[in-house]
Amino acid sequence: MSTHEGMTSIVRKFLMALSGFFLLIFLLQHCAINFLSVISPDMFNSVSHFMGTNPLIQFAMQPILAFGVFFHIIMGVILNKMNDAARPIKYAMNKPAENSSWMSRNMVITGIMILLFLGLHFYDFWIPELNVKYIQGDMSGLLDPTFAESGLRYHEELVHKFHNPIRTSIYILAFVFLSLHLLHGFQSAFQSAGFRHSKYTPMIKKLGNLYGIIVPAGFVFIAIYHFING
Amino acid sequence: MDLILKIWRQKNKEAKGELKTYEVKGVSPDSSFLEMLDVLNDDLVNKGDEPVAFDHDCREGICGMCSLYINGEAHGPDRAITTCQLHMRKFKDGDTIYIEPWRAAAFPVVKDLVVDRSAFDRIMAAGGFVSVNTSGNTQDANALPIPKDDADKAFDAATCIGCGACVASCKNASAMLFVSAKVSQLALLPQGRVEAERRAIHMVEQMDHEGFGNCTNTGACEVECPKGISLENIARLNREYLSAAIKAE
Repeated sequence: MSTHEGMTSIVRKFLMALSGFFLLIFLLQHCAINFLSVISPDMFNSVSHFMGTNPLIQFAMQPILAFGVFFHIIMGVILNKMNDAARPIKYAMNKPAENSSWMSRNMVITGIMILLFLGLHFYDFWIPELNVKYIQGDMSGLLDPTFAESGLRYHEELVHKFHNPIRTSIYILAFVFLSLHLLHGFQSAFQSAGFRHSKYTPMIKKLGNLYGIIVPAGFVFIAIYHFING
Repeated sequence: MDLILKIWRQKNKEAKGELKTYEVKGVSPDSSFLEMLDVLNDDLVNKGDEPVAFDHDCREGICGMCSLYINGEAHGPDRAITTCQLHMRKFKDGDTIYIEPWRAAAFPVVKDLVVDRSAFDRIMAAGGFVSVNTSGNTQDANALPIPKDDADKAFDAATCIGCGACVASCKNASAMLFVSAKVSQLALLPQGRVEAERRAIHMVEQMDHEGFGNCTNTGACEVECPKGISLENIARLNREYLSAAIKAE
């Protein structure tokens, strides 16, 4: 699927869409699991422990996810660089808002904001998790690994992070950018994959709007819930 | 109407251009935008100045020659029209109007407001045709039954006049709407299926080779297209290309 000049623009966009689809599915399950922390701390602990210790998830799904995220970012940067080069001289007077949405034109900005947030998110959760499990070697998932009755640590760690109002605010702001990214990205991925139909595309657009609002709103709700009740 | 025009002036392809300000007086609101530029050029010629170079031909919205990025939009502040169909009543007396050429690396400025759109010709030459037997025994096209929906969609795609407003409006200077229309008008018909795979691959390769940007589905092209070419065509091109590329040896 490439030419003598390398990957064509359509293949680049298709791969962007594929990685996008994958991330949409990941995001949905992430939101659903996080929501368990609101309705049942025990269930959240159990599911988190399973996700954090299951070899299939840890050593197959997690690397695939990391690759998907990395690929989506790198391809986004490449596409943006190429697109900038396609118009070296800009218009002196331009009114892009007359023909396109802010979200569709600023995927790179919302994407960068999400990337910056990912840095904080990894610092908060992923890096400490790797440290406990693979450097300290504690796979027990217990608050106190020497005391079996201490209970699983995941809910406690999550709630603890959202004690800080600044961190909670940053998370909420990041979810706003995530929403803006998804409001264009969801339906755009279908278009890039060549899926467009007079009957189904209006439904996909509505579903994309619902997804782009409900999933980030779910994350916002979880953050605020733990900030208030933590 | 009295107007202030800020027009891009550029001596030739290599020269560094700039926006220059002109005043034009007594323009009829019923005149077309190109006629307003004719009035300006008459003025300039009478003063011994160089007239503004701009593309135009049929002046009835079908040739695709007139371009112009007017006040920040391709073909100006109206929908489903070319610049020759834009009337001065869309502006107000005393308005300042910015007039710029299409901006894209693949459409270099030749002079003032004239750009070189031959990249589109090269894309067409790469595959935007059907090979037919010209022996004189050509089969009547009506002998092949074609579903009405397909015929209508092919005709809609074929209304693309290759003006380049899609490229000019796209934030990425992508030519996907143009290429997709040219691929669709043939891919939807049985006569076009024979070379469909080769066509999609060659035209997309040529499009990339010319330096157009990547489509990011903003939809600006569809809104600014004077012929209302739908984004449905871009999705079709994506399908045509991807399936052809998978099968290609």
